[in-house]
Amino acid sequence: MSTLILLLATGLGLGGLYFLVASGLSLIYGLMGVLNFAHGSFLTLGAFVGLAAGNLVGAGTWGGLLLGLVVGALTGAAAATATELGLIRPLYDRHIEQVLVTVGLSLATVALFEGIWGPNPRNVTRPGWLASTTDVLGARVPNTAFLNVLAGAVVLGGIVAFLRYTRYGLIIRAGVENRAMVTALGIDVRRAFTLVFAVGGAAAGLGGVLATQSLNYVSPHMGASLLIFAFIVTVIGGMGSLTGAAVASVVVAVLQQLANFYLNNTGDLIVVLLLALVLLVRPSGLLGRPA
Amino acid sequence: MSGPNVLEVRGLSARIAGQEVVHDVSFEVPAAGVTAVLGRNGVGKTSTLRAVLGLVERSGEVLLDGVRVDGERTDRIVRRGVGYVPEDREVFAGLTVAENLRLAHRAGPGGTTAEHRALVDALFPDLATRAAQRAGTLSGGQQQMVSLARALLNDNRILLVDEPTKGLAPRIVGEVAEALAAAARTVPILLVEQNLQVVERLADRVVVIDAGRVVHTGPARDLLDDADLLQRLLGVHAETEAAR
Repeated sequence: MSTLILLLATGLGLGGLYFLVASGLSLIYGLMGVLNFAHGSFLTLGAFVGLAAGNLVGAGTWGGLLLGLVVGALTGAAAATATELGLIRPLYDRHIEQVLVTVGLSLATVALFEGIWGPNPRNVTRPGWLASTTDVLGARVPNTAFLNVLAGAVVLGGIVAFLRYTRYGLIIRAGVENRAMVTALGIDVRRAFTLVFAVGGAAAGLGGVLATQSLNYVSPHMGASLLIFAFIVTVIGGMGSLTGAAVASVVVAVLQQLANFYLNNTGDLIVVLLLALVLLVRPSGLLGRPA
Repeated sequence: MSGPNVLEVRGLSARIAGQEVVHDVSFEVPAAGVTAVLGRNGVGKTSTLRAVLGLVERSGEVLLDGVRVDGERTDRIVRRGVGYVPEDREVFAGLTVAENLRLAHRAGPGGTTAEHRALVDALFPDLATRAAQRAGTLSGGQQQMVSLARALLNDNRILLVDEPTKGLAPRIVGEVAEALAAAARTVPILLVEQNLQVVERLADRVVVIDAGRVVHTGPARDLLDDADLLQRLLGVHAETEAAR
């Protein structure tokens, strides 16, 4: 029983991380039709810069972590905004070129990060509580899982509130349905594009710093590793569906944990099989709109 | 710089998926009344309207109040005072009625005014009671009211209205025509319409398009009273239309 609780709790924590990456991917695709393969780079950059900022206050302190989370989110947002303005905007409605440029950017940035911070993972110093566990019904659950779930829930709530209660949120929701009609109402939808990239980049940057606390290291490759599962989550949840991304994040991560433990480390395989099943049975994803 | 024509289209061509569907079209829309764009199915009426707004690839000149706007983005053209009611309504199905209308609000000159809100409330009282309802759950007629209301909320220089009665029940067609007649008293309308009874009720002038080209322009009455012309340009027997 305690093993199952541990697997569910760590699955939920991993799901929180997946959601932080997938939320941006899903919003960006939903509104703009852009498959952003550079999204993992926002995460990695946010992680490195956020940790560096946190270390200025004090490695392994709550103040340092808090500052790191803020700086990581801002770094992710800034990188995403620059990418949208500099690379995506000139290529609106040229989807193949957008894919090529984001793939190229992801490869180039990994090489850049390796050049700056070295190719090998670096250990991070965490606040004492985050490095320990909490007993839940006999299971010793890593405290990072609670932080990840909390962060995922806060970001989900924040984005939902933004989409529901602000004018830009209204524009984004309408744009996901019918971008041309939003334009035909006299709205410059490009500003919404940039904003969506910034929000997605901020969530990814935040996820980057949080991932370092769970993994206990930072690496130039961590963004690419998480991006693969975030894409799977986005497709399973339904491209453009934030709620779908949240549900799929939990489903994928929990399934992955369970399969890794009970089915001889086959978590990744099971997740890919789930992806294939969803694409066959429900191509628009769990909560996506049918094409 | 307001002249007798609010909209002038000169040598406009439109392409969809690389194929030219509107060829060298020219016409004017006077600063008052309703100008109807007529033609058989698939001749390029909707594409002409979409080309005016820049929603499809285009070449040629589009002048609004004498100012060329064909080099501008769609949203800028609209903010100059062009209201658009698209074919098939295109309401945002996942948004409520109130959100659909809020999205259409524009600030500043040519934007939403108290008078225009009052006009919308008077023309479509049903929308207020359905404010919290998702637009996707409305009937076709109610969705058309939302689509018209979005365009009428602002102090536009012209409305482009594309087949507003398409697929609607006869009673609703009458309500839509009534709303358009009321709107036409305040703003000129370029109307694409297949229903000749609606055209007869609303239109002052007609532009007939065939195979992507303008084949006739003139007073609406001249066309509607000429059975031979109706038959030749639109394939419609006047007697058949009168019986409808």
